[in-house]
Amino acid sequence: MALLEIKNLTLEFGSSRSSMRAVDDLSLEVQAGETVCMVGESGCGKSVTALSIAKLVPTPPARYVSGQILVENRDVLRMTQAELRTIRGGVVSYVFQEPGASLNPVFRIGFQIKESLELHRPAAATDAEVVRLLKLVGIPAAEYRIRDYPHQLSGGMQQRVMIAMALASEPKLLVADEPTTALDVTIQAQILDLLRDLKKRLGMSILLITHNLGIVADIADRVAVMYAGQIVELAPAHALLRRPLHPYTQALMRSIPKLGSDEARLTTIPGNVPQLGAFPSGCRFHPRCSKAQMDCSENSSALIEVETGRWVRCAYWREGQG
Amino acid sequence: MNLLEVRNLKVYFPVQHRLFRRATQFVRAVDDVSFIQNAGETLGLVGESGCGKTTLGRSVIRLVEPTAGSVLFEGEDISRLSGSALRARRRKFQMIFQDPYGSLDPRMTVEQIIGEAIDIHKLARNSAARGKRIEELLKDVGLDPTHAQRYPHEFSGGQRQRIGIARALAVEPRLIVCDEPVSALDVSVQAQIINLLKDLQRAHGLTYLFIAHDLAVVEHISERIVVMYLGKVVELATAKAICRSPRHPYTQALISAVPVVDPDAKRSRIFLPGEVPSPIDPPSGCPFHPRCPIAEARCKTEAPPLRELAPGHRVACHLAK
Repeated sequence: MALLEIKNLTLEFGSSRSSMRAVDDLSLEVQAGETVCMVGESGCGKSVTALSIAKLVPTPPARYVSGQILVENRDVLRMTQAELRTIRGGVVSYVFQEPGASLNPVFRIGFQIKESLELHRPAAATDAEVVRLLKLVGIPAAEYRIRDYPHQLSGGMQQRVMIAMALASEPKLLVADEPTTALDVTIQAQILDLLRDLKKRLGMSILLITHNLGIVADIADRVAVMYAGQIVELAPAHALLRRPLHPYTQALMRSIPKLGSDEARLTTIPGNVPQLGAFPSGCRFHPRCSKAQMDCSENSSALIEVETGRWVRCAYWREGQG
Repeated sequence: MNLLEVRNLKVYFPVQHRLFRRATQFVRAVDDVSFIQNAGETLGLVGESGCGKTTLGRSVIRLVEPTAGSVLFEGEDISRLSGSALRARRRKFQMIFQDPYGSLDPRMTVEQIIGEAIDIHKLARNSAARGKRIEELLKDVGLDPTHAQRYPHEFSGGQRQRIGIARALAVEPRLIVCDEPVSALDVSVQAQIINLLKDLQRAHGLTYLFIAHDLAVVEHISERIVVMYLGKVVELATAKAICRSPRHPYTQALISAVPVVDPDAKRSRIFLPGEVPSPIDPPSGCPFHPRCPIAEARCKTEAPPLRELAPGHRVACHLAK
């Protein structure tokens, strides 16, 4: 049984007369102990999908048009506020992009972590447990650091505190939305190592949202590539990075400069990322696709399983394959 | 020929402790940095946040006042110029900023944004010539000239960065300081802007001082790279040498931390303990010694000079070979 099962999720913003579809018929599973990455550019719907898992998107302006989000087989979208409170933090914890903005600046970090313990594990709400959590995420001199305010910590340390706070409730699923984007590469490497290690030790599942394919190669078991509100490719990370099948994934991988390579000129994807509410007709990538055919502007293609565990949303994915 | 020569540049910011008390401590943002940049060359400047790369970029073009040292531009020391003499030189160096949303005035049209630079330096004889020049610049950066009357909010991030580039080009500069010009852009748009910068460099003979934290981007666009740590240059070499055979232990750790897309790549990550120390009270001797995996006793007391280990490859480390 999957820990998380998103089934045909469709989410819109705005009124029913002028609605903008941010997520369109999205299905994704995360197994227990699995790390799944969601990759995509701004406005592709990855963050709003992640927030939906604990129903954190305010409705209105958002509207869940259809679909289910099953966490341990219970539909989050149909839960009462009281039920949601047991899911939020209890089963699903979040780590966000900017640790500085996520921590409360007027409370000591020890207090903030203890607050999370009091809610979810009242018996363990002690200083000793807070110190244990801070040590778990690799904060040196944790006994002294619990009296620090967030501004006394660096960005990397703040992100560790956020992770400690997320782990305080012993969640089954950690949702990390661009957790290292605001950090330097050496600190990013430390945080990724930490996540990998914690997953192994605690048996958590991780849903990690990123735009960096290098991070995917580093940490993911499976990866979902999103474009304009839809998953366009879903595959085991290793297979996808080795042989991407969707033209968007292929173009994306070609357009990134790679350390230690000799390419004189980067291959570009023409045009811009489509804006919410102005997604193209047919296949949403067709205006920027080098392999687009006449009918791509009319026929939207379905996400089909082309090999075991590999799903692609492109009618012409075979073109140019060896 | 060298276009730019930076000699022993220092930029210190005072830290005020209490009210009415004079500053006794300083943030040493840039601490005794020297390098030479050739005309037409792209010099990359990398390092982690707080290493002083942005301050260095800004002080070179006098957006931040240097505390000591000199900046020679076309052989002339611009670090002591002021008033109209400085303003006249400013035409020669421009800057492209990181945030394409914050660096354009939302109440000005594209034509006003680009035209302002032309007007200040009186580069157009009449309004017809001015209009023609703006049209030319927009075409150069790949924007539709008929959009000149639009406002910044009508453009996407990548297009806005193109407007910023057109504004920098408007005064026909020789040197452009690019401070993280693509890091705020979507991945699929980054490549467009990087290629555009390269094309413009070829067409106009531009020299770039390219500041970024993404090593792969810097390697791609630069001929040589300067690596900074705590306000000091720790390594300076060709882009290839820095990325493939780095010699300073900090550069080695930095390169090893970059996530690689290739799933089959075998790599060993060099783990750096701790964090970057405060630039107010940097460690004695080599500033990197508390985190360095190979540090010895003398690293704690003796600051390593920037030594030339191979032709054009300079490293500030006692132990690097």
